[in-house]
Amino acid sequence: MKPGRLASIALAVVFPSMVVPAHAATIRITMEDLVISPADMSAKVGDTIEWINKDVFAHTATAKNSDFDVMLPPQKSATFVLKKAGTIDYYCRYHPNMKATLKVEP
Amino acid sequence: MLIRWSAAAAAAIMLSSPILLQKASAADKPTDPQIAHIAYTAGVIDINAAKQAQKKAKSKDVKAFAEDMLRDHEAVNKQALALVKKLNVTPEDNEASKALSRQASDKLAELDKLDGTAFDKAYVANEVAYHKAVNGTLETQLIPSANNAELKRLLQTGLKIFRGHQQHAEHVAAELK
Repeated sequence: MKPGRLASIALAVVFPSMVVPAHAATIRITMEDLVISPADMSAKVGDTIEWINKDVFAHTATAKNSDFDVMLPPQKSATFVLKKAGTIDYYCRYHPNMKATLKVEP
Repeated sequence: MLIRWSAAAAAAIMLSSPILLQKASAADKPTDPQIAHIAYTAGVIDINAAKQAQKKAKSKDVKAFAEDMLRDHEAVNKQALALVKKLNVTPEDNEASKALSRQASDKLAELDKLDGTAFDKAYVANEVAYHKAVNGTLETQLIPSANNAELKRLLQTGLKIFRGHQQHAEHVAAELK
C-alpha cells in the first residue's frame, strides 16, 4: 500500500465527517440529569437530530409547534429528520422544565 | 439520638412545615443505609398514591399526573435498588421510614373514602404537600447527611425531579379550583 493511501485512510479515520456527504449531518443532543444540551442548536433541513437520553427517566422531545413528538425511553436514543426550516422550541412533556431550541436553516 | 432525629424527620415530612425541621447535629445524622431506606419508602408511598389515583381519579389532568408520578418514582426506586446492590448496602428500616409508612397508609384510607372531584382535589393537595415536605427533607437532611457520593448524586437527581413534580402538582391543583 502506498504511503499516500495510508495517509488518506488515517485522515478518514480521524475525520470521518470528511468522507460523509456534507448535506446530511446527524446532530446529537443529550438529555442528562434533566437537562437538554446543547440547549441551543443550529441545523439544516434534511439533518437528523439524535436525542440521547442518559437518564433513568423517560423523556420526550416535543415541539411546541407540533412538528415532532419523539419518545425517549430511559437510556435510549431516538432520531428525527428535520423537514422544515424555522426556529422550533421544544420541551419534555413529562418534565416541562427541560427546554431547548432548534434553529433549522433551509 | 437516632430516634430523636427520625421523629423530627418524620414530623417534618408529614407536616410539611419547614419550621419543624430540626437541624441535626453530626451525631444525629442518619446513616447511608437509613437514608436509602427513607428515600425508597418515600418513593413507594407516592407510587401507591398514584396507583390509587389511577383507579379513582376523575379528571384527565389528575390521571396524567398520577401516571407521571408512577413512571418517575418507579424509575428512581429502580435506580436506588441498583445502587444499593452495587454498593452492597442493605437499606435499614428506621423510625422515620416507619412513621412515613404509617401516616401514608392513613392517608390512603382517608382518600379511599372520597370520590370524583373531591378525591381529585384531596389527592393533588396531598401531592403538593407531600412533595414539598419530601423535598425539604431531602435538601436539608438527607442530601447533606449522605456519605456515599453516588447516593448523594441520586438524591440530588431525585430532588430535581421531585421539584418538577411539586410544580406540576401545584399547577394541577390551581386548575382544579
